[in-house]
Amino acid sequence: MQTFSGKAISWEVKDGVIEVALHREPANEIGTQSLQDLEQLASVLPVLEESAHALIFYSTMAPGFSAGGDLRELQRRMAETERQAALAGVREFHQRIHHVMNVLDASPLTTIAAVHGIVFGGGLELALTCDLIIADRTARFCFPELRLGLIPGFGGIPRLKRDLGNAVVRDLLLTGRSFNVTKAQQIGLMSQVVAEGEALRAARATAAQMGKFDRTTAAAAKKFIKPIPYDELRQEIEIVIELYARPAVQAALKKFVESTDAQPYLP
Amino acid sequence: MPTQQQTIDEVLDLAAAQFKVPRESLSPDDDFFKRLGIDSLQALSMLTRLEQHFNVELPDYELQGVSDFRTLAERIQSRL
Repeated sequence: MQTFSGKAISWEVKDGVIEVALHREPANEIGTQSLQDLEQLASVLPVLEESAHALIFYSTMAPGFSAGGDLRELQRRMAETERQAALAGVREFHQRIHHVMNVLDASPLTTIAAVHGIVFGGGLELALTCDLIIADRTARFCFPELRLGLIPGFGGIPRLKRDLGNAVVRDLLLTGRSFNVTKAQQIGLMSQVVAEGEALRAARATAAQMGKFDRTTAAAAKKFIKPIPYDELRQEIEIVIELYARPAVQAALKKFVESTDAQPYLP
Repeated sequence: MPTQQQTIDEVLDLAAAQFKVPRESLSPDDDFFKRLGIDSLQALSMLTRLEQHFNVELPDYELQGVSDFRTLAERIQSRL
């Protein structure tokens, strides 16, 4: 499947590069539809890998790469469903998204997230599965989950811990603050910072450079340097489910969804 | 280091340019959400530009409850 047009994501293969566009209104919130499209990508990736050497994620939406998990859908489901069934649904969603993230993380392709604007929560977690993050100057990163009484649930903490120092991870996680590309580059999260609107172009240039290298060697290098923290990822799901079961989380989700505050994204 | 007034003026200049409103329509005590007609994500975008312009890091929790340009400029000034 060289091209795919989904409701939340689409892709095409050009010059050996799989370009995956995120395009769900309003800000690429990751809910059931996005998950289904991502699962479609994960299922055909082994075939696409035969004719590609790199994969680029980018967003066509103005607010940014992704605002993260679809909290409105989550809150609606939690409110409409009996508690145990709702928790089972949350677990199933997280297991499915973890599977997709793990497939992307383990892909022998060289993967790049070309980001701009908001790169929050699940959006940052998706970017963290990639080998490189290339950001334009408008990008802003955040793990805001603690303000809802949660932790990042799509593999964020184990992957951030893999890439950065533990003190930095604690700062970002426990304050829930957002940070810009300058900070992201200082802490080592960023591969390249480019001018506004230039992230995809820079990602394409980087992918073209990678196309010059032997694929087997590149894949071996990646596998050697980028171990996947499976044990911690499994633990993360259990912690997330435990936290979801608390009434405080339901209340926080409801408050967020119903908020008319001009600053719901300011932790 | 710029004076408080210079910082306020630069904040107003940048906000006017980013959101394409006449500079003379903005005053230090304006509520920037209302005056610029922006939401929280756009406010974060403004924060990103201000941090880069002033070369400061301003944790967004320090802006909780801040909605006027003067206080925003004071927060920036405290980091210069």
